[in-house]
Amino acid sequence: MTKIISGEELSIHIRGVVSGTLTCGEYDVVVEGKDIPSVCNYLKTTPELEFNYLSAISAVDFIEYFEVIYHMTSLIHNHSVVLKTRIYDRDETSLPSVVDIWQGADLQEREIWDLMGIKFIGHYNLKRVLLWEGFPGHPLRKDFLEEVR
Amino acid sequence: MPLKTEPITVNIGPQHPSTHGVFRIRVTFDGEVIIDVDPVFGYLHRGSEKLAEERTYTQVITLTDRLDYVSSMTNNQAYVLACEKLADIKAPERGMYLRVIAAELQRIASHLVATGFLVNDLGALATPLMYCFREREKILDLFEMLCGARVTLTYMRVGGVFQDAPEDFWVFLKRFLEEMPFHIDEYEQLISENEIILMRTKGVGILSSSTAINGSVSGPVLRSTGYSWDLRKADPYEVYDRFDFDVVVGEQGDNYDRYKIRINEMRQSLRILNQCVEQIAPGPVRTNSPLLFRPPVGEAYAHVESPKGELGFYIVSDGGVAPYRFKIRSPSFINLTILRELVVGLKLADMIVAFGSIDVNMGEVDR
Repeated sequence: MTKIISGEELSIHIRGVVSGTLTCGEYDVVVEGKDIPSVCNYLKTTPELEFNYLSAISAVDFIEYFEVIYHMTSLIHNHSVVLKTRIYDRDETSLPSVVDIWQGADLQEREIWDLMGIKFIGHYNLKRVLLWEGFPGHPLRKDFLEEVR
Repeated sequence: MPLKTEPITVNIGPQHPSTHGVFRIRVTFDGEVIIDVDPVFGYLHRGSEKLAEERTYTQVITLTDRLDYVSSMTNNQAYVLACEKLADIKAPERGMYLRVIAAELQRIASHLVATGFLVNDLGALATPLMYCFREREKILDLFEMLCGARVTLTYMRVGGVFQDAPEDFWVFLKRFLEEMPFHIDEYEQLISENEIILMRTKGVGILSSSTAINGSVSGPVLRSTGYSWDLRKADPYEVYDRFDFDVVVGEQGDNYDRYKIRINEMRQSLRILNQCVEQIAPGPVRTNSPLLFRPPVGEAYAHVESPKGELGFYIVSDGGVAPYRFKIRSPSFINLTILRELVVGLKLADMIVAFGSIDVNMGEVDR
């Protein structure tokens, strides 16, 4: 059984590499966007954690803010963790990319840019994936339909 | 004076028999050798994630059928598991066994499609494919008995399955389980030792396990590199912890290993199915959770080992009748992350085989 590391346990580990605020949920930890690369790098390289596999990156539009969720698994220790970050500014949505840490983020970050409109700074090829260049808006945003109508 | 050469870009697809759907790749060649690829996605994009936000939880099951349309059962399974995790309900034993039976049959059907099309890509047009489809047809007949549909099944529900299997189903299933090992032997006889296939696949398109893990590759493609990671063993869902089966791994991660691993996984699926038939006991197949399902506010991520890899659903609920956010972690899409590493340095004909051996399904890539 994959062990799910609780938010509290994870926050003890990453407290040292976080420069901004850190909020702890039951099974997740919310950090600020600027801390994402350092936290991810720490999670991947620390021997007792070794999150070498990025399962999924998801983005949710909660209207007041966007939430980006990283599901990571360690294939070595068979445990998993959920890391989150929030973006409050709807017009200036950007996050640092983690594609240098896990190549698996490549298409997933492009998909989020395409459908949710979150820019990943440092991604080498941030183009739309599923829709064509020039498509108006980002369809998974909750205000998309109003925009089109 | 050396001859001046310059790279040439060739467009393949979206309408091409080897692209398994509507996939387009722009390939740059230096002479005959590939130096760069640029996959173009989206020709089958239907906006499933957005559509789900306007539908009830039960209606969304029909959308999951249409993701990977050759393995609808595992799509259903991953989705209902995510819903059950969200609402903290558990299907009754018999329901779980029926789901495992359906999922393992679907795995065999999907691997048959993958094997058949791989040989198709190698130039053996249609005939070997029909050998594989002959057995797939029997599985579709079994599905028809279970739920009345053959491809878009919608068999599973939150809290169990739609209905119990009819009496006849068990007779036909047992007959299928008796026959199938001989059919797999037949494929092996036709393909595994075939000299042309060995020449075209052995040592071609090698993928290392470190590249695969770093690229979030999952399923048979990851296991073919020699890394043993199967969610049925690593994170058992339903009743998988009760079965005795092996995780099949490859040796060097070439095209041949990716073919061979699917053949061996079919044998393991048969082992699981035999144990299912022995262990299944009478009982209810579904909890009485309503069809207009309203989970509490929260979020859940559930994943299963689909025939293509780790299929995950991330669902966010606001307490309403429709999911607030419905995200699909599709294995076919993410397995294509390593396409460039896999095919750069190969020739065009080998690229077609390497792409076929990843076994992507465009319905799932574009969603």
